Amino acid sequence: MKFPRFTRKTLCIPYAVFLIFFVIVPMLVILFYAFTDDEMHVSFENFIKFFSDPTKLSTIVYSLVIALVTTVVCLVIAYPVAYILARSKLKKKFVILMLFVLPMWINFVLRVNALREIFNLLSRSPALEWLADANYFKTVFGMVFDFLPFMILPLYTTITKIDNSLYEASADLGGSALTTFSRVTLPLSMPGIMSGVTMVFLPSMTNYVVSDMLGNAKVTIIGKFIYDYFGNDWHMGSMIALVLLVVVFLSTWLSGGFTSEENVRGANL
Amino acid sequence: MAEKIIELKNVTKAYGDNVVIEDVSFYVKKGEFITFLGPSGCGKTTTLRMIAGFDLPTSGKILLNGQDISLLPPNKRPVNTVFQRYALFPHLNVFENIAFGLRCKRVENTYENDKGDRYTKKEKLSKKEISEKVKKALEIVDLEGFEKRSISTLSGGQQQRVAIARAIVNEPEILLLDEPLGALDLKMRKEMQIELKEMHRRLGITFIYVTHDQEEALTMSDTIVVMSDGVVQQIGTPKGIYDEPANTFVADFIGESNIFGGTVVGERKVKFCGKTFDCVDDFEKNEIVDVVVRPEDIHMCAPEEGQLKGKVISVVFKGIHYEITATVGKYEVVIQSTEKRQEGEVIGMKIPAEEIHLMKPKYTKNVFDGVITKHNTVEFADGEFECDVTQLYPGSHVDEEEYLITAEGEKIDLTGTEVTVEVGLDDITISDDAEAGGTTGHIISIIYKGDHYRLIVRTDESEEDFVFSTGDLWNENDFVSVIIPKEKIKLTLKHTEEKKK
Repeated sequence: MKFPRFTRKTLCIPYAVFLIFFVIVPMLVILFYAFTDDEMHVSFENFIKFFSDPTKLSTIVYSLVIALVTTVVCLVIAYPVAYILARSKLKKKFVILMLFVLPMWINFVLRVNALREIFNLLSRSPALEWLADANYFKTVFGMVFDFLPFMILPLYTTITKIDNSLYEASADLGGSALTTFSRVTLPLSMPGIMSGVTMVFLPSMTNYVVSDMLGNAKVTIIGKFIYDYFGNDWHMGSMIALVLLVVVFLSTWLSGGFTSEENVRGANL
Repeated sequence: MAEKIIELKNVTKAYGDNVVIEDVSFYVKKGEFITFLGPSGCGKTTTLRMIAGFDLPTSGKILLNGQDISLLPPNKRPVNTVFQRYALFPHLNVFENIAFGLRCKRVENTYENDKGDRYTKKEKLSKKEISEKVKKALEIVDLEGFEKRSISTLSGGQQQRVAIARAIVNEPEILLLDEPLGALDLKMRKEMQIELKEMHRRLGITFIYVTHDQEEALTMSDTIVVMSDGVVQQIGTPKGIYDEPANTFVADFIGESNIFGGTVVGERKVKFCGKTFDCVDDFEKNEIVDVVVRPEDIHMCAPEEGQLKGKVISVVFKGIHYEITATVGKYEVVIQSTEKRQEGEVIGMKIPAEEIHLMKPKYTKNVFDGVITKHNTVEFADGEFECDVTQLYPGSHVDEEEYLITAEGEKIDLTGTEVTVEVGLDDITISDDAEAGGTTGHIISIIYKGDHYRLIVRTDESEEDFVFSTGDLWNENDFVSVIIPKEKIKLTLKHTEEKKK
């Protein structure tokens, strides 16, 4: 009698099913809707409409700028934190790391709501009155607040993995602290920077909860746009989603996210 | 005499309470190949790291060409290191790894302007200079044409060569090598030893080499610094250290040795293994000495012709010689010879007078600082031992209230009295039952002395050492308790003024 055996192929079946029904089929549906009109005839009308409409194009640009600013601010804050934590000899450094990650355990909507109330409160003071209308500032602030842990963790893991003797080797060869940082630490922490950037940049382009709640509905990012269109015009919505897909693909490709280098130091969480 | 390039003066390094280097002083002559040799944890790597600048001495001075560099950061020191695990930069190729130091370098160039004034400028090395120097360094380590290779595609031996090239390309005054051959296989290691020696000769710079491999040290060095326990045990040429070890530690660590306890019985006459031998070392009559004889210096002969007569108990073939162990009475003697002997055979042994090395034993007794406690016990070395306090005052006795009554009838409360505790080498026993003795510790050293083992047990907290002899076989790092019989603890008062009641 032959016993059923779990080969690698059989183990792949659940994921393959998932892949087909929740990734490939929806993609095809989006592709179909994007290039058809209401009568389900093939049409490039949406494509033309999208690229000739300044509001739609500027939304894409705004989304990119907001995501870019958020990513840069996150990186500037996270790098020193991760660097100091990774290299310190503190026994309790895990506790400090937890303090940065802990907010992730509290419901996301609740946190953004709390932030909104704090901003409202602050803007009542005359000195901070400008806050009431600083919608872009508040949006970026909220996104940094939310996505910072996603930047710290991969950076921390990568920097911890850098062998201490490499810093010593650099100093031994005459490298100053600055040289050591720019020629050893920074290049070796690049994989961590890359995965941190990906994990912050992509959600901050599409996560419209933050921009909705903190931007007084004045800030429209591409994610919100797609959501709105799917209310009445699935064809246009699909077209925007497709454009976003291409933008994301391009930005990942440009940042080298697809190259499978052999000495990539696994930093994804 | 060649000038001193580097000199350590009373250097001590401690991490918190843990002293890893204790008052080390020595110097290195320019152009020398010097090796720090010792078992792991002896402080040799820490000494090297202090010369490189990665660790700073807690006290003492490090002088480079007479200048104090103790606190100079590593990037300001004209020394380069070959790291134990190479520490090559994984994101740079071979060329960039070697060029790293050159790119950090600034050289002063002198120019003349139109008016004829001279001025100097600190400048980077030009691209051409860098690539020429890298090429030359690669030639020295036999890796021509490897410039573009990525580090991860190199074998261990090739990485080793790149690490050496990366250091020597900077033309350091001293090259530091921290167990550089440790990760290579035996054959590769032998080849690299010869190459390093050759490189030293060609470059003419000072090499400071760290290893725990005594053979490597003997092969390569001009001078060997033997270290143990953070202390320099002996400094000398390989031959000097091998032929005339300063103490039993060095004798035991470098090469094979027979170590016996002996007594000087007359002018240049020493008694050990139950026989009297002529020797060349001059010691006082009746002095207790350690006798060291190298296995290859014991010559076998017919039983009736030998100074010693013994029975062969084991014969092991070692490639170029046989290692023969024989028993002489209760003593065990190890002999190396190209002649084969049969187990059970009775042989005679002769030892030439000049091959018998006498040395003052490092330990003749154990001395501790102790304090008398309430119940007339003595506390020392993290433990409490029963003792006879009446020996502090001749003719005294202890009354029923545990007060000491002196011969004159004076009543003395000894609690808190500071005393010096002495225990003989044969008066200590150990047990693996932690509760059996007065204190506990780990065995840190075992030296075989012909008919017994000389053990050192170190207590864990205050790191006091108990040195003693035992016939039983223990293992290093065993956790044991130390037992001392009451009557073997010798006490003497430290201060003459005593507490009276």
